[in-house]
Amino acid sequence: MANLDSIAQNVLNGNIKKVSDQVNELVNGGTDPIEIINNGLIQGMNLVTPLFKSGEMFVPEVMRSAKAMNTGMNLLKKYISDEDIPSKGKVVIGTVEGDLHDIGKNLVGMMLETSGYTVIDLGVDVKKENFLDSISKYNPDIIGMSSLLTTTMIKIKDSIEYLKNKGIPDQIKIIIGGAPVSQKFADEVKADGYSEDASSAVALCDSLLAVAK
Amino acid sequence: MIIVGELINTSRKSVKEAVEKQDADFIKKLAQKQWDTGADYIDINCGTMIGTELEMMKWLVNCVQEVIEAPLCIDSPDPAVLDAGLSLCKYGQPMLNSISDEEGRFDSTLPVILKHEAKVVALCMDSKGMPETSDDRIRVAGNLYNKLTGAGVADENIFFDPLIKPVSSVGTAGIEVLESIRKIKEKFPKVHFMCGLSNISYGLPNRKLLNRLFVAQSMAIGMDGYVLDPTDKKMMGTVYASRTLLNQDEYNGDYLYAYRKGIYS
Repeated sequence: MANLDSIAQNVLNGNIKKVSDQVNELVNGGTDPIEIINNGLIQGMNLVTPLFKSGEMFVPEVMRSAKAMNTGMNLLKKYISDEDIPSKGKVVIGTVEGDLHDIGKNLVGMMLETSGYTVIDLGVDVKKENFLDSISKYNPDIIGMSSLLTTTMIKIKDSIEYLKNKGIPDQIKIIIGGAPVSQKFADEVKADGYSEDASSAVALCDSLLAVAK
Repeated sequence: MIIVGELINTSRKSVKEAVEKQDADFIKKLAQKQWDTGADYIDINCGTMIGTELEMMKWLVNCVQEVIEAPLCIDSPDPAVLDAGLSLCKYGQPMLNSISDEEGRFDSTLPVILKHEAKVVALCMDSKGMPETSDDRIRVAGNLYNKLTGAGVADENIFFDPLIKPVSSVGTAGIEVLESIRKIKEKFPKVHFMCGLSNISYGLPNRKLLNRLFVAQSMAIGMDGYVLDPTDKKMMGTVYASRTLLNQDEYNGDYLYAYRKGIYS
């Protein structure tokens, strides 16, 4: 018998077929789709995050869980209007100018999305002007900047200074990450947050928005 | 087959500390150890030393050459640092690591290659980004080949780096690289290859096992250069064993020599 717990378990196990069967079964049986999203699908990813962080689960397993969750989400979308889809907040992410690396940034995007955030991915080689444009365009709560190279790390600093000079509202938080980036660097460039990996990025966003609200 | 020893890199904590303290002894030992365990080139990378990279590069190159007469692989994205490092190289034909077809980077790095008649690692990427498929890589490699050879760089001095991505996030990453090597070799039979190995196994446990197997798989299809840790006996064992199995080692000579020296286990 399908229930919310079994959906969460199947998300955790990355069982795509079972997730879609059980989501269909529950929604046809009259369960509120929002309930299925929050207490089934997202709850499943909430089980994944600590296991990924502790090293018990690995990248491809997390991707499989995310795929299972997204499959469930897509099935439910037709029952709810866009604005009713629960979102913890809006995060714009991108790799800074001159840097074409996307694997870590994509992983962060995936973890945020599957934990309930709305994620807008600006891609790689993102100029500071594009980060600025994204604010009026998407009205994000958080902007995430990534850099893998020591040579492009400086662009994080440039972009943050540029955004601050342009007077972006204080409630928009800027977070940064990438192999050469550290908490020390984040403090130096006056970022609002740093996380060393994709799973910590979720906790970071949660805490930044909880503080802001 | 060219093995480039990767250990002198300031992104490694112990090396960064040694460079900051100007601990020449530490660097010399690290160079000697890699040379003794079978590296053909010693890579020198101090890209994390923002602001002092050029000075540190000169210091490292001199330091290493005081203890071994090895050809060096000067590793930086900055043409000025590459030029400074290559200017000091005394032994053999140095290697420049690296050029790519990204806007700006190609034009500023090419003169440095020509000036020092260096071997060059050419990354299969351009301003459009990191390659996904083998076709992306062939397109970029073709452009780089035409521009490099057009400027007078010999085929034999070009080492294409196909850029390896983790199989954990892109399932086809391994076979796309193998396909790329096969296709590039078919088109430009005289060029060589060079790649780092750690990316392939990112995000998975037992990474060293995957790295070693990928050496065996890629070597079988024509990969002939690796940036790796030559003091890793199991890794070097895989390299020697693969070469012998692929008839790249006359009378299994190097395999047996390494066996007697205890280079691999």
